[in-house]
Amino acid sequence: MNADAIVSISGITRRFGALTAVDHVDLEIRRGELFALLGGSGCGKTTLLRMLAGFETPDEGRILIDGQDMTGVPPYRRPVNMMFQSYALFPHMDVAANVGYGLRRDGMPKAEIGRRVGEALEQVRMADHAARRPAQLSGGQRQRVALARALVKRPKLLLLDEPLAALDRKLREGTRFELVRLQEELGVTFVMVTHDQEEAMSMASRLAVMNRGRIEQIGTPHEVYERPVSRFVAGFIGDANILPAGDGRWLALRPEKIGLFAERPVADRVEQGRIVEIAYEGDRSLHRVALADERVLLVSSANVTRAGNPFRRGQDVWLGWPADAGHELDA
Amino acid sequence: MRFVIALPYAWLAIFFLLPFALVLTIALGSNDPDSVPPVAFGLSLANFKLLFTDDLYLAAWLSSIRIAATSTLVTLLLGYPMAYAIARAAPRRQPLLLMLVILPFWTSFLIRIYAWMGLLSSNGILNQVLRATGLVETPGTILGTEWAVHLGIVYAYLPFMVLPLYAALEKLDTSLLEAASDLGASPLTAFLTVTLPLSLPGVVAGCLLVFIPSVGEFVIPDLLGGTDTLMIGKVLWDEFFLNGDWPLASAVAICLLVLLVGPIALFQRQQARSAEPR
Repeated sequence: MNADAIVSISGITRRFGALTAVDHVDLEIRRGELFALLGGSGCGKTTLLRMLAGFETPDEGRILIDGQDMTGVPPYRRPVNMMFQSYALFPHMDVAANVGYGLRRDGMPKAEIGRRVGEALEQVRMADHAARRPAQLSGGQRQRVALARALVKRPKLLLLDEPLAALDRKLREGTRFELVRLQEELGVTFVMVTHDQEEAMSMASRLAVMNRGRIEQIGTPHEVYERPVSRFVAGFIGDANILPAGDGRWLALRPEKIGLFAERPVADRVEQGRIVEIAYEGDRSLHRVALADERVLLVSSANVTRAGNPFRRGQDVWLGWPADAGHELDA
Repeated sequence: MRFVIALPYAWLAIFFLLPFALVLTIALGSNDPDSVPPVAFGLSLANFKLLFTDDLYLAAWLSSIRIAATSTLVTLLLGYPMAYAIARAAPRRQPLLLMLVILPFWTSFLIRIYAWMGLLSSNGILNQVLRATGLVETPGTILGTEWAVHLGIVYAYLPFMVLPLYAALEKLDTSLLEAASDLGASPLTAFLTVTLPLSLPGVVAGCLLVFIPSVGEFVIPDLLGGTDTLMIGKVLWDEFFLNGDWPLASAVAICLLVLLVGPIALFQRQQARSAEPR
């Protein structure tokens, strides 16, 4: 195991009857990073996370956490804590008792527990609500309590199951920043599971894209976005134009890398087409341009001025992009 | 529309209030064997006074409460694991398991108690098994003792314990148990700190549903108990049918009702609380 790897997953497989949920996965997670497992429903990311937590037992393979083999180790003996998607706060206890639950299980003296709980609640800005019950809190507040409860034991690994899924959009953005800030401040290794690629891209220092129980690609958000290894990864993260590159190979070309022109531009690759549709998204406009050979390309342009999009539907346009704008895919 | 709403009130008035008023009136009277009904109507609390000063009655009250309480406890100790097992079973098996618990209700209560008489008699199956396995030499006497009454109450009221317990346990969010485990709780600790406290409303409901009717039970102590098994329901019956003392018997009925108002109110309050929106 690599010296700065805190989690080493090798050959991990989990089957449910005829279905292989996780298929011989190898993965190393580095100390102090915010790692994301990204994929659609049924890709195996949640099962993998649960195996890290100890709620599922792998059929094959080994998980090492900080050098220790976790085979046969139940969740209550792992140096791992989890923030559940539903938060799973104990309804019959108040906020302080919820956060202190794990510390009481460790037999910590009461005064010490009080101190640690106070500290944890301060960190998530819930100190004023210590006597409230979960039923009296809003969704965002409950999440902060769940986070405090998971961090108070200072685990080696914090697992987050779809942390932003239950929040509304505005709250999501704020919470995103808070989680990243907290992670950097505490230096705890976070492993989060999400189906939202924007979430993964904006939060993670490294991410793994999963599909049907396997990892398609591991890398930084930049690597995964600009150098996808397969059509699946290219299509899953953001929008992409997948073009044949000859010899059965493919090229991924991102919409924002293509320039839209009213006149023939000077560029390495030039194409002519007609705008079929424009999706106005405020900060950018996404155009569907039909080329002469019936292919449709997605072209995105930022709305840098307030004057509005100069292009119209049905307009004949020119497309141009540099030679290195596209990335050749392995699969 | 008003007619429809009035119907339940009318039902209650005819089948509850009227009989209650009747019984109360008789209880306030005094015994008059020569008239029909054998009551001299009046306004006397003498019967009620007797019920709380007479040694026999005091013993009967205490004995009834004691037997009901012990039976309730045993029913809880048996019913909790049953309800827990059903709640944890595969969802598609749960309806079947619940039906097995409720099935006895499809037969007559009286006949089931008679069946227990057969099971517990000197030549009954229980004694035969005990003798066959060599555990006892001579047939033991179970029928006609308090043990049999306890057995009967536990058997008859077990579904009343299992169902509310099942309802409470089934609602339990299993992710709470995972969270407890994640935070360092062993399965036993998770049960004691999470499952048990959250199932308490079910425990209270089940206990009240067993205790309240058990206190006034008549059939079970009459058929399975002996002459020295004192339960207030039996005493009431004896007073009415053997002694022909209607006023005294009526007073017993009223007292029993008043005694149980407390637990019934508790049950109502607890049910209302658990139905509150979260």
